[in-house]
Amino acid sequence: MMQDRAGHRRDATLSVPIVILVGIAVVMLNSTDAVAQTRSITDNSITWPTWEKFWRALTLRDHTTRVVVIGTTLLGMAAGVIGTFAYLRKRAMLGDALSHATLPGIALAFLIIGEKQLGWLTVGAAVTGVVGVLAVMGLRRIPRVKEDAAIGIVLSVFFGVGMVLLSLIQELNTGKEAGLGSFIYGKAAAMLTSDAQTIGVLAGVVVLCCVLLFKEFRLVCFDQAYASAQGWPVALIDLLMMSLVVLTTVVGLQAVGLILVVALLIVPAAAARFWTDALLPMTLVAAAFGAISGWFGSTVSAFVSRMPTGAVIVLSAGVLFLISMIASPHRGVLATILRRWQLARRIADQHLLRAMAEFEESRGLATTVDESELWSMRSWTASGFSQVLARAARTGWIARNKHSVQLTETGRASARRVLTNHRLWELYLIRYADIAPSHVDRDADEIEHVLSEELVTELRQALKEKADVPPSPHNLGAGI
Amino acid sequence: MQWEWSIDGWIVLAGVLSACSCALVGNFLVLRKLSLMGDAISHAVLPGLAIAFLISHSRAAGPMFIGAVIVGVLTAFLTQVITRHGKVEHGAAMGVVFSILFALGLVLIRQAADHVDLDPGCVLYGDILAVGLDAFEGTFPKTVVNLILVMAANLLFVGLFYKELRICAFDPDLATSRGIPANVMHYALMIMVAVTTVANFEAVGSILVIAMLIVPAVTAHLLTDRLGVMILLSLIAAAMSAIFGHIVAMFGPGWLGFDATVNTSAMMAVIAGVLLLLTVLLSPEHGVFGRAYHRLVLSTRIIAQDALGWLYRRSEAGQPVVALTELETVIGRTLRARFALRRLRQRGLVYASAGNDLRLTDKGRIEAERLVGSHRLWESYLAEHFALDTDHLHEPAHRMEHFITPELREDLQADVPDATTDPHGKPIPSTPRDDD
Repeated sequence: MMQDRAGHRRDATLSVPIVILVGIAVVMLNSTDAVAQTRSITDNSITWPTWEKFWRALTLRDHTTRVVVIGTTLLGMAAGVIGTFAYLRKRAMLGDALSHATLPGIALAFLIIGEKQLGWLTVGAAVTGVVGVLAVMGLRRIPRVKEDAAIGIVLSVFFGVGMVLLSLIQELNTGKEAGLGSFIYGKAAAMLTSDAQTIGVLAGVVVLCCVLLFKEFRLVCFDQAYASAQGWPVALIDLLMMSLVVLTTVVGLQAVGLILVVALLIVPAAAARFWTDALLPMTLVAAAFGAISGWFGSTVSAFVSRMPTGAVIVLSAGVLFLISMIASPHRGVLATILRRWQLARRIADQHLLRAMAEFEESRGLATTVDESELWSMRSWTASGFSQVLARAARTGWIARNKHSVQLTETGRASARRVLTNHRLWELYLIRYADIAPSHVDRDADEIEHVLSEELVTELRQALKEKADVPPSPHNLGAGI
Repeated sequence: MQWEWSIDGWIVLAGVLSACSCALVGNFLVLRKLSLMGDAISHAVLPGLAIAFLISHSRAAGPMFIGAVIVGVLTAFLTQVITRHGKVEHGAAMGVVFSILFALGLVLIRQAADHVDLDPGCVLYGDILAVGLDAFEGTFPKTVVNLILVMAANLLFVGLFYKELRICAFDPDLATSRGIPANVMHYALMIMVAVTTVANFEAVGSILVIAMLIVPAVTAHLLTDRLGVMILLSLIAAAMSAIFGHIVAMFGPGWLGFDATVNTSAMMAVIAGVLLLLTVLLSPEHGVFGRAYHRLVLSTRIIAQDALGWLYRRSEAGQPVVALTELETVIGRTLRARFALRRLRQRGLVYASAGNDLRLTDKGRIEAERLVGSHRLWESYLAEHFALDTDHLHEPAHRMEHFITPELREDLQADVPDATTDPHGKPIPSTPRDDD
């Protein structure tokens, strides 16, 4: 069976380079017919869209719009998928170094060929992009060069080389260099049908590879040490993952530009992380977020003038990120705040109950306690105190008279439970953690609210405590 | 291309000033593993520039500067918020923040583009040559004045808070326990980075800023362990990058046969990279060549010591003279092995007869006794303290014997005082005095 699995593994790993090669071949083929056409769309259209234009953009009537929208949507999806793995592998910022490192490749390819052939420029970009990634890996092996510094070095120096070459090209003034700069900021509006096809094919390649290698990628992302101990070719899997990132980046250059392409990799994945803890749903959500951003961004920039497509795509992804971070049910900021608030309320309630239980302990059952007496037990604020009293009365824990309170039957049960937890923990601290009896009260105060039923049972057993409510190990103070 | 001191001198001065001011704060970024913060801030300030412009309706330097610095610090703040509250990894959080802000900046600038020539490109390239143009008109270039101010501010900052910055760079927790607010220092550093970045934009462009924040500091860190020296070296590296950067930008294409000049700022970044590469290769302690040399020396020493030990054991077994070919079956016939053997003969530890028969000299015997003694002491020590079988003792001792210093040997001796023979029953040679 092991053999069987190993065989399958080899097949799957082998299939990826083949798929990538096919993809590149398609790019090359497509690029040949793209050469002849000039790609310049000047963006001085109408300032505000008419309703008709809006409708046409939304329903993909215009050929150009359709091409751009489909292309960027597919791109966003592919970037979301591979970005998920890059994000989990903590390689997110490596994408930034990679995308900046493509610039010298683009410029070199142009210098060598002498004209703007998208296919060759893309190949050049991919080559120096890979060199950049390898440079980061190489730099990291040098003692004292940390990951972030390695990324920053490659990013700035490679980009510097690219700028040097671009300025050289400009000075040489062959007249064919116009638009090379669009790789920096992207120019999705200038996308041709063939480009959209190319993006479509490559997006398919990336998604297909991720599906084929899902298990391998997951293993490497979550437990690299285990994967290599099990005999998986971790370095090879890593390399394949990075090749897919390179592929996505290079394809994305034209649409969103090399500065922002890293956002397509990071932002949807980071947003998806808020919604789920499992890999498959996270990948799907990231793909959806990427696709939505791509679609929305290109649609908006199609009917609102002076909206750079790449930037709007990234902003859409940013909005999705913001929504995720704020509103996601488990990890979101709102959910966290809500949980904290609920905990704070529960703690306040339990403080009240324990104070009441301690009064009953010293004065006998069903004693009435003056509100001012109760208030002096803890450092309650006036409004906090009245809120907690009102809440306890609503829940039916206490009965309120004019200025005094009394525990009800249900309240007494809860109060005694809280007091038991507190006392058990105090005893535990004294016996096992060697804390002086005079100091345990405060420590127990923090932990008593989060003791589970099982833990309380265990504490009782460990302490061999039989009393329903154990007596206090320290002086309760003058008030009682 | 002609070198004009009245123009190129100013350009180089501007380059040196901005490179040095970046490198100065860059040291602390690199040490705190925040290198990419410079990258993030320099991209993220774009919306600050745009909003300042949209509000003030002018390209006046003041509002633009303030807007950019505010957004720059906001970048650091938002990154921290997302890292903490979203539990997103720091690098990724930074990527999210800066790319979204940059995208926002691009959109805003495109909205304003009708009214003004506010080219996002100017942020990338900068226009260092404009310094020269200013000078050409016979005035003291304003950019240089600004850069001097920034440099002075950075020097003042680092000078005043040197102790705090140092302790925060190496151990923020220790800093907190000593009453230095690490978080305040973090933001102070971020403000300085933002100020430096923004002030240098116009002069040299963001790509040079990012390079100068990181590259010279890393270069310096490869050369020294002391922070003060590191800062000094990074300043030297930065200044060298600026000077040679401009020279190469002016004349480099000519050397390659192009009739052109290239972008000075970008070339400065490239030269900084070249300096780093040279350091990576040549640094005595951490460099690639240095480490390879150390490894070579060490491995040669180990081979020589293995040869000595083997000769000693053979003479112990009653065969004091051994043929060279026999030794070669143990240490091999590689270049390194032959070199090691030659060193042994040169140092007079091994005597080789005309017929290539080898034996230990008296001096060699003392050396070998020390070595084999260390080996057998280590075996005794292992046998005493670890539950290892006797046949498992040799390998670790064989590896360890090369690294047992006289002090360690004394400690071992004290630990197993009664050992006169090793666990295999072989005698442990008595400790030779180290005064030969």
